[in-house]
Amino acid sequence: MATEIDVPTRAHERPDLAKARPGDAPEVDATLAGLDALDIPTARRAPLLARSWAATWPKLGALVLFLLLWQVVVWTGWKPTYVLPGPVTALREFGSRLGTGHFWEALARTLVRAVEGYALAVLIGGVVGVAVARFTLLRTAVGSFITALQTMPSIVWFPLAILLFKLSESAIMFVVILGAAPSVANGVIYGVDYVPPLLVRVGRSMGARGFSLYRHVVAPAALPSVLAGLKQGWAFAWRSLMAGELLVIVPGHPSIGADLQNSRELIDTVGVMASMITIFVVGVIVDAAFNAADARMRQRRGLVAEGNSAVRAARGRRKPPNDGAGANERANAITAIDAAVIGTAPDASSGGHAG
Amino acid sequence: MTTALTGSAVDTGAAAQADTALRIDGVSRVFGAGPARVQALDDVSLEVRAGEFVCLLGASGCGKSTLLGLVAGLDAPSAGTVDTTGRRVGMMFQDSALLPWLTAGGNVEVPLKLRGIRKAERRERTERLLSMVRLAGMADRRPHELSGGMRQRVSLARAFAQEADILCMDEPFGALDAMTRDLLHDELERIWRETGVTVLFVTHDVREAVRLGDRIVLLSSRPGRVAEIFDVDIDRPRRIDSAHVAELATTVTARLREEVGRHGH
Ligand SMILES: Nc1ncnc2c1ncn2[C@@H]1O[C@H](COP(=O)(O)OP(=O)(O)O)[C@@H](O)[C@H]1O
Ligand SMILES: [Mg+2]
Repeated sequence: MATEIDVPTRAHERPDLAKARPGDAPEVDATLAGLDALDIPTARRAPLLARSWAATWPKLGALVLFLLLWQVVVWTGWKPTYVLPGPVTALREFGSRLGTGHFWEALARTLVRAVEGYALAVLIGGVVGVAVARFTLLRTAVGSFITALQTMPSIVWFPLAILLFKLSESAIMFVVILGAAPSVANGVIYGVDYVPPLLVRVGRSMGARGFSLYRHVVAPAALPSVLAGLKQGWAFAWRSLMAGELLVIVPGHPSIGADLQNSRELIDTVGVMASMITIFVVGVIVDAAFNAADARMRQRRGLVAEGNSAVRAARGRRKPPNDGAGANERANAITAIDAAVIGTAPDASSGGHAG
Repeated sequence: MTTALTGSAVDTGAAAQADTALRIDGVSRVFGAGPARVQALDDVSLEVRAGEFVCLLGASGCGKSTLLGLVAGLDAPSAGTVDTTGRRVGMMFQDSALLPWLTAGGNVEVPLKLRGIRKAERRERTERLLSMVRLAGMADRRPHELSGGMRQRVSLARAFAQEADILCMDEPFGALDAMTRDLLHDELERIWRETGVTVLFVTHDVREAVRLGDRIVLLSSRPGRVAEIFDVDIDRPRRIDSAHVAELATTVTARLREEVGRHGH
């Protein structure tokens, strides 16, 4: 017996889990079940159709309102209609373009550029973000530059890009990557920074170290911020791409931006608007995709306030009620405890922040 | 690991000590330096027998969590030693600290995954652990879909999934209502009895300490020191509202108040 204990052999000495099972105490089960049932959030999700309608109609309403305003401005005769055509004319032109091979060729090229540039930006931004979040020296060195880079309007990169790469695909790619990568990197950095320390302690107490800690705790905990960075990165990539397509027109490579520039040179306002509608529609679709991913993530993590859970959120956390005799004791002791805390408070607060 | 076991090498002296699961010897922990220096623990020594249920009691900020962190190996002492005698330490936190992106079952599975246990076995063990805490069939619930008491039970199951020999619990029931807490006391006591795990249970609630502990270690504040150790000689199962519990709780509370009161002037 002594041998088993002295040199710990896990198999012999470990508490025997197999022995632990729900005891035969039905009244405990019943009470626990009752308490659980009373305290479980009972938020029920509306059916899919109702939910998608609820999400769609305000958007449609806003769109109709906008088109109406546009039409009203046209009706006032503020500008001649060849300069500012009405929404019907613009939409009709957009519709007729959908039937042309040129439109789809241009759209395809634009989208391929966007996806390629964005993918590279995500790769580079992700690697830089992880590295900066991980290594203090690197953070001190380049951390603030990343944010500075992010605030630079992408258009100022073009003169350099054109000098470096001529009027080529590479020039556009260069600016798209520079536009999007800093947002992605920042999303990763903030995500890692804001991982709750408690969850890291939990992970470490379960034996996660190094890579496994990243995989099981840090990465999933950082996901919301990473997703926000990806979304912002896309917005920057798309903007940079549009600026690039206007400025860098590669001969023989039709694109949405080139079409837009072309229409402008021909003083074809209807064409300009049709291109802009295309750009807007792509933006709306991609945004919807990001929002769907975001909503799904929040729903899984219980971060969606709807129905009963919203009420619960507003009500705040439960506090343990005082139990009879204990309350009295505590009330008396509180004065002393307060005194103890106040007495050394400066110590505690400064100690807590010195790290 | 098992190869280290050779019966002949063990003498009676070792056997006498063998009962000790945890040896904390002259442990101090200092945070910060200069004016920001906080001495959280000062020369704390404690021995815990295997299978013992020890409650650490003290006012907020007296270093209870710090001490548990040292035992769980999340932190290193500034002085002194913590010897877990080769035993595995598991940890359970206040507020359940479940990973919100995983289901209840997923949370229980993490420690199993970290030890490289295969999927089929993980499933089976998870189901067994969840039924141990009376949550059979709840594996697919997400933490936000559970009540506070259920979350703490999932957390307890997860701590047991670490196959800990020493279970550190940091005010695990502090945020629960009284009735749920009473029931979880019963549950914890039952599981502790059935598994024989060694428990180090932190609380600032005197009655809770008396209800659960074999011994109560009272810590003083700033710096945290062992002020007194009470043996709890009350038959189990105990009731938190029994006269015996109330009686000892009064004694311990008086002593605790005396400790805290030293800071009032
Ligand atoms: N990481 C830290 N840095 C600085 N001070 C700390 C740190 N952790 C704890 N402390 C200080 O140590 C003391 C004990 O803290 P803690 O162990 O959390 O107390 P308890 O769990 O008993 O409430 C407190 O005064 C607290 O401010
Ligand atoms: Mg604490």
